[in-house]
Amino acid sequence: MPEVLLEGRDLVKHYPVTRGILQRTVGWVRAVDGVSFKVEQGKTLAIVGESGAGKSTVAKALLLLERLTSGSILYHGEDLYKFSPARLKAEYRPKVSTVQQNPYSSMNPRMRIKDVVGESMFVNTKLPRKQVYDKVAELLSKVGLGSEALDRYPHEFSGGQRQRIVVARSLSMDPSLVVLDEPVSALDVSIRAQIMNLLKDLQVERNLSYIVIAHNLATVRYMSHSVMIMYLGQVVEIGETETLFENPLHPYTRALISASQLTLPEEGEDTTTKQIILTGEMPSPLNPPSGCRFHTRCAEASEQCSKEIPEMRTVGTQQVMCHHYK
Amino acid sequence: MSEVVIQVENLHTSFFTRMGEVKAVDGISFSVNAGETFGIVGESGCGKSVTGLSLLRLLPEPAGQIIAGKIFIEGKNILELTKKQMRAYRGKMISMILQDPLQSLNPCYMIGDQIGESVRLHQDLPENMVEPEVISALRLLRIPAPEVRLKEYPFQLSGGMRQRVVGAIAMSCRPRVLIADEPTTALDATIQAQYLSLFDDIQQKTNVAIIFITHDFGVVARICDRVGVMYAGRFVETAPTREIFKSPKHPYTQALISSVPKLDKKDERLFSIEGQPPSMMRLPPGCRFGPRCNLCMDICKEQEPPEIKISDNHSVSCWRVK
Repeated sequence: MPEVLLEGRDLVKHYPVTRGILQRTVGWVRAVDGVSFKVEQGKTLAIVGESGAGKSTVAKALLLLERLTSGSILYHGEDLYKFSPARLKAEYRPKVSTVQQNPYSSMNPRMRIKDVVGESMFVNTKLPRKQVYDKVAELLSKVGLGSEALDRYPHEFSGGQRQRIVVARSLSMDPSLVVLDEPVSALDVSIRAQIMNLLKDLQVERNLSYIVIAHNLATVRYMSHSVMIMYLGQVVEIGETETLFENPLHPYTRALISASQLTLPEEGEDTTTKQIILTGEMPSPLNPPSGCRFHTRCAEASEQCSKEIPEMRTVGTQQVMCHHYK
Repeated sequence: MSEVVIQVENLHTSFFTRMGEVKAVDGISFSVNAGETFGIVGESGCGKSVTGLSLLRLLPEPAGQIIAGKIFIEGKNILELTKKQMRAYRGKMISMILQDPLQSLNPCYMIGDQIGESVRLHQDLPENMVEPEVISALRLLRIPAPEVRLKEYPFQLSGGMRQRVVGAIAMSCRPRVLIADEPTTALDATIQAQYLSLFDDIQQKTNVAIIFITHDFGVVARICDRVGVMYAGRFVETAPTREIFKSPKHPYTQALISSVPKLDKKDERLFSIEGQPPSMMRLPPGCRFGPRCNLCMDICKEQEPPEIKISDNHSVSCWRVK
């Protein structure tokens, strides 16, 4: 049993909505509403959901860029919010890094690659310049770039190469967890496969844990060990990747999988009949629907669904939040 | 056999920059029938969007120019039209949906006025007939409560609804050809599925010929009848959708399809194409895909492969195919 590296317990983040010159609070956006999960050492947890599901808010909370309204984040079993700032800086922040979606906006265009990648080493360690640059060259070769890249600027690289540089930067402090926010969705199809393979190789080599945020389910299936499906700030289903894809339980998970399936119509067949197409759009998190939050778009919704909030139930190795599973 | 609505013959589009000529589209030919959807698939920079803009003659002139070729819409070569005549064609005969709906809509006008603009411009209707026409365009795109939506501004709509409004503008004058340039890339998965199902619907009602530009093979599988795979300004393979997936002939098509992770089975390792597409200013000699191709032979490095017809509607440009 691998060790649990990071655990989120009942994470809640509400943003106030203010109005008027006194900035009176008139409501709350329930961006994340009771989310729990575990990330094991050396494994990948994928967070899947459409825009507005709260997946990036979870990521920001884990990176301590956003303070939670309630709930706790446990790192090696200890509550992060009880760490002193000095201890956070020494023990947590260097060990958790991130790769953002857009490799064009995540680097300072005026810094040379060696300084982009080496920046956190300059800030966090007392290594002399020469050694930092040596380490940068080593990191770059790990991600498949030569040392001639050191003195060049970000604009001289293609999207795929930039994403490699960002990956190298995220590894500079030998992290144990990397939060990957849509790491390949800005890249071209043929380049995506290169980066996904690279990330997998690095994971095995360094026993890294990943949290991958993605909306492309095929990417998720390829990259992750377990998956968490979010809808309107809540987890609707969580489980091991293989079983969840083989046997999706929640109606929303089934619709998502159906929407991303590459289905070829048979001769003379209408494609749309095979697919589950959801009606409507995701409701506003400012005023989420009563009962099950998905009931407004669910084909199988009953009266109970619109009244009672479903509990998280364990079905086999999966957990699902739906009234239809008793 | 239904009629050919748009026929493109040997289209060449170049950009003239300080660094030299960039041959963005370098000799492509295809035709689309009424009621048919033709997909153009390729990676960024392969020239698929420039193809779309060329068909509308909306290239940023003088830098971008169509230097050779013919584009027939219903038998008329639109490259021979004057600018003024072309304006009358655009919107009425051929129109376009772009990727980002927020950039294609004017934030300061109600959506009813934005759809009405093209109706007023192209259809000689009395003023009291404009609104019903706008409402019917909104209905065509299955926008709920069109009478209310008419008076709303783009910021009041969700991403999916905005993209439907853009579609309504494009379809408001019932064009014969619709070019959709990555219309679903900015949308969420379930909304994308909704939007794609609209295209079938529109096509059945209006019999429009759709040219669908995308990088996503999943989208192609769902809505295209035929596909052209583009690489470095040219089609490397053109075939019916089923054939492209069942038996892709060109190494690039094969590689592209196998580098997309599959949902129904887990690959331990993805197939990946090494390197990157060539710069359009420094194309490699011979086959353009040669430097990245696993099956590259000597002849590939020297001579450009000819286009070989495998069957009536399947053609490939590769030396390996006999």
